[in-house]
Amino acid sequence: MRNRGIELGVGIFMLAGAIALTVLAINVSGLSLAEQQGSYKIYARFENVGGLTARSKVTMSGVAIGKVSSITIDRKKLMALVEMEINEDVNYLTSDSSASILTAGLLGEKYIGVTTGAADDEILKEGDFIEDTQSSLVLEELIGKFLFNQASE
Amino acid sequence: MEAVINNLIFLGRIAIDRVSAIGRSGMILMHAIIARPDPLTSFPLLIRQLYSVGVLSMIIIIVSGLFIGMVLALQGYNILVDYGTEQAVGQMVALSLVRELAPVVTALLFAGRAGSALTAEIGLMKATEQLSGMEMIGVDPLRRIIAPRFWAGFISLPILTMIFSAVGIWGGLLVGVEWLGIYEGSFWSNMQNSVDFFDDIGNGLIKSLVFGLVVTWVAVFQGYDSVPTSEGISQATTKTVVYSSLAILGLDFILTALMFGDL
Repeated sequence: MRNRGIELGVGIFMLAGAIALTVLAINVSGLSLAEQQGSYKIYARFENVGGLTARSKVTMSGVAIGKVSSITIDRKKLMALVEMEINEDVNYLTSDSSASILTAGLLGEKYIGVTTGAADDEILKEGDFIEDTQSSLVLEELIGKFLFNQASE
Repeated sequence: MEAVINNLIFLGRIAIDRVSAIGRSGMILMHAIIARPDPLTSFPLLIRQLYSVGVLSMIIIIVSGLFIGMVLALQGYNILVDYGTEQAVGQMVALSLVRELAPVVTALLFAGRAGSALTAEIGLMKATEQLSGMEMIGVDPLRRIIAPRFWAGFISLPILTMIFSAVGIWGGLLVGVEWLGIYEGSFWSNMQNSVDFFDDIGNGLIKSLVFGLVVTWVAVFQGYDSVPTSEGISQATTKTVVYSSLAILGLDFILTALMFGDL
């Protein structure tokens, strides 16, 4: 009987560990198994990516449709080359879409906002580029421009 | 001249002692790991040890996890509210717990709560000649005594770490959301945006596996290698706590540098 109590205790212990891991996975890290849907890659070149990092969100009208998978330098054009993984079910991005790097809140994280163009245009596929891009807003450049304008007035 | 030679002898003796202690502990670890388990006898022994090492440590882990989570949320709130970013309390609590505090504090508590008990138990078995008695009747004490205790510690610590993290985050939620009035949605969403399952929780788990190995190894070895007197057992217990705490903190720095240091 005593032995059963011990086994019960160990069983509860194991279960508590498993529950804790599940809670951490789902609630804390937001890991969801349904997210395993396929994705396709599109690219965009930016003058300046600012604080954008891999795993940043890609949004459309504020809704997340994918994530940034890597940021490298395009050696020919000497611009930042951002590779984005877009969820497979988002199959309506047109080739005249524009991508801009936005900031969540005043000091928040950077993310990419995508806006589509005319609906009957060609649809973006794996490996396509978004040509129309707008770079990250760099605070120092803004201040510099502002001071320059002030001085010239 | 005589004094110099004596000092050199003294130094050499210390070095040989230390190195042979490391060697003996390695032998014990190897025996404990490769000891082929006999399912009929080993499994109940393991369950028994999991109970005394793991289950009985749960209370202290849950209580300290809760309080550490609550304190983190309170301190974080006081700092972050100056910048108007008190919603980031969730992510601060979760990241500092999952990456750093849960593995380290759990391992330190575990060394004090379970490691010292293991050392004292094995040391007393040695002092009362139970271990040599076992050898006399043909039972390998490494397989019967050391191996189940070693595995129990190695299995328990990661589980305790996960419980610690989960309870700590719940404590942070209690203070942050229920008491200080942070909006619950942004508490969770900030947390989920910044915590990655494999990079953060997975690395915390790896840390706790390493700590589990080190703490139980030190505890079991100090017990097995203790001087079989009451004084020797008390020294071995002290050594267990001191050595494993130092090993935890040192290894934590190395592991953090490897995992998060972008080396």
